[in-house]
Parts: sequence; C-alpha cells; structure tokens
Amino acid sequence: MNGVHDMGGMDGFGKVEPEPNEPVFHETWEGRVMAMTRAMGAAGAFNIDVSRFYRESLPPTVYMTSSYYKKWFLALQDSLIARGYINDAEVKQGHAAAPAKDLKRGPFKLDDVKRVMTRGSFARAAEAPAKFKPGDRVRAKNINPVTHTRLPRYVRGHVGTIERHHGVHVFPDTAAKDAGEHPTWLYTVVFDGAELWGPDADPTVKVSIDAFEPYLEPA
Amino acid sequence: MTDHDHDHHHDHSELSELELRVRALETVLTEKGYVEPAALDAIIQAYETKIGPHNGAQVVAKAWTDPAFKKALLDDASKAVGTLGHVGRTGDHLVAVENTPQRHNMVVCTLCSCYPWEMLGLPPVWYKAAPYRTRAVKDPRGVLADFGISLPKETEIRVWDSTAETRFLVLPMRPAGTEGWSEQQLADLVTRDSMIGTGFPKTPGAPS
Repeated sequence: MNGVHDMGGMDGFGKVEPEPNEPVFHETWEGRVMAMTRAMGAAGAFNIDVSRFYRESLPPTVYMTSSYYKKWFLALQDSLIARGYINDAEVKQGHAAAPAKDLKRGPFKLDDVKRVMTRGSFARAAEAPAKFKPGDRVRAKNINPVTHTRLPRYVRGHVGTIERHHGVHVFPDTAAKDAGEHPTWLYTVVFDGAELWGPDADPTVKVSIDAFEPYLEPA
Repeated sequence: MTDHDHDHHHDHSELSELELRVRALETVLTEKGYVEPAALDAIIQAYETKIGPHNGAQVVAKAWTDPAFKKALLDDASKAVGTLGHVGRTGDHLVAVENTPQRHNMVVCTLCSCYPWEMLGLPPVWYKAAPYRTRAVKDPRGVLADFGISLPKETEIRVWDSTAETRFLVLPMRPAGTEGWSEQQLADLVTRDSMIGTGFPKTPGAPS
C-alpha cells in the first residue's frame, strides 16, 4: 500500500532529535499497549504482517500526528474489533459483554511470556530453487498493491545487485491478507545512491533492502 | 521535540483520554479471558530491566576479543549469539555487519520500526519517527551530523533498510587505546547508537 508509512526518501521532516537518557516507556500506558499487542499476537489473534497492515491503514493524518504507541493502540483495537474478538460497545463501556472468541493458541498466560521474548523463526522449507544468486543484477518491480507489501517505493523500478540470500521466508504480502505463507527466497539487494537519488547523490552511499523473490526481476 | 508530546495535553492529576481507553481495552481483554494482566506485567518488566543495549554490547565486546567468535558472528549472528550463555537466546535472522575504515554501516526501518529487540531492547523514539526514517536512506551523512558525528568523505556509507524479518546489528570498530582490556571493560564502551550506526563507541578515558 502506498501509504504515509512508506517514508524512505521524503523531505521536510526536520532534524533527528535524540533524547538523552530516554526511558524505555514515557508513559505507563505505552508498556501496556506494547504488551497487549505482543500477547494477542502470540495467542494467535493476528500475525506480525497483519498487525503492521492495520497500523499502515490508519488514516494518514492520524498516522502522522499520533505517537508510536498510540498508533499501536489504535491498530490493536481496530484489528481485534474487525476480527471479532471484541466489539465497539465493549471498548466504549470498558467491560466484556459478548462471549469470547477462541484464540488459535489459547489465552496468553504468565507461562507464555518466556516463549514470546525470543522471536520466532520466519524461515520455511524451499518450495522451488532460488532464481537469483549473489552478484546477479536485478530490478525491483514496479508494483503498487493496495494491500501490504515490504517493497518500499523508493526502490521500485531501480536496478541493484544481489548481495546475500537469507534462505526462504514467509511472504508478508500474502501473510498480511491471511492468504497463506507462500514462502519465498529472501535476498539482500544493494543499490547505489545515484541509482536511487540521481546524479547529485552522495557517491559514497549504498542502500540495501531485503527483498522477497516476487519483488525482483532480472536486469 | 519527540512525537509523544502530542499526548501531553492533560493534567497529571487526572488520566488522559488515551490512558482511559488503554485501560478499558485491557479490562475487556482480561474479562474475556484473552490475557492475564500478570503476563503483561512480566513482558513490560523484561523490557524495563533485562533486555537492552547491554546485551548487544556483550556481543560486540566478545567479537573484539575473540577472532573465532567474530568470524562466527559475521557468518551467522543468531547462531553465534546463541553460544553466549550470559546473553541468552536470540531469535533467528540476526545479521551482524562490520564497520571498517573503508565502510560505515547504518540501520533503519523506513516502513515501520524493525529493530534487533533482543540485542538492543525497544527502539528509541527517534528511530521510529519520520525524520530518521525519511532521511537515513537518502542523506545518511546529514543524519549522522544530527548525531554530532562525521566520517571521512571517502568512507562508504552502507544503509541497511530492515524491510524483512532479518535484523541488523552493527559491529563498530574497536576504539584505539584498549589493548589488553577485558570484555567487560570493552562492553562498557559500546553504546546503543554505535550498534545502530548512528554513533561510535565511547573513547577510553573520556567522561561518560
């Protein structure tokens, strides 16, 4: 989706302003939102790509003006309502009213915490041989799906070089639609700054993305 | 200013609208039996007390003192980190990238906020905010200037955009003047930003 979340290369957002001695959370509620999101994901209410797509699908003005964890909160609530785990009236009342819906991996309990503190693996068995190998020149396809994709706009149509491959991974574009994992080869593709930003670009800059095989064509 | 300031329109003696909404959601999820509040407490506590840049710093210090470990780390970082009992298990798909006099590495996630949580903890606000996400891939030297650092003009800058489930840890260069230092002494020099590529390790003897 060509949303405001796809920010690489935009201008006008000002300086990066690091905060000295930044706390892990600025407000108590931020931690609750982070933990609820991790817990409901681990319980099977949504996968990571679905949760990203809900955040990307927030109205652009909301996305741009909300703090990070406010975005997480809004997207978490939207997704749980859309998927039938809770309803509008319940969140307005602040109490459960309708029966619970079964979670794929059951309720999230204290014993489950240790499990979620280590990321799961997104690697899967290969279903086909890899189309590309390190050193190959490839073009990032000019695709513009209205659904979730991890191919940023700033590389589309541009030519880069396969640098590494990372094996076969879950394909986010279909996983975000609950349309299956469709595992595909994943590569690091490196682009020259001038290829992305034109002849005035800093000649010492190279930028890489990690690209799923369906994003690429031979160049 | 950080973007969380948008949420500071309330008097601290009362709960903000957002705090009330978050509490309402947690109550609903708890009453429906989906989550145990104690489990949420445990997740929060882990990020507040156990998981942070000190994990990554241990890995970097080990790589600075043990060439075989460094080679293993650059070859398969998840596997190499897994051999360090005191750091603990890390998830799959961790990639360590080495800074050299010729090349400086910098990590960003332009699409969201992907970050090596197990090595560095939760990302700081600036990493997740528009100024960094927009500019890191187009003007990395300008971004480094915002952090008060600069590189020789001929140094290659390699920006890694975390667009998949791979996670990147920068292995910074070991500071000069640390010959014979212990792993723990070295780990104390390794900053969070030096492992993102927006900073350097601390200089020996400089005030911290």
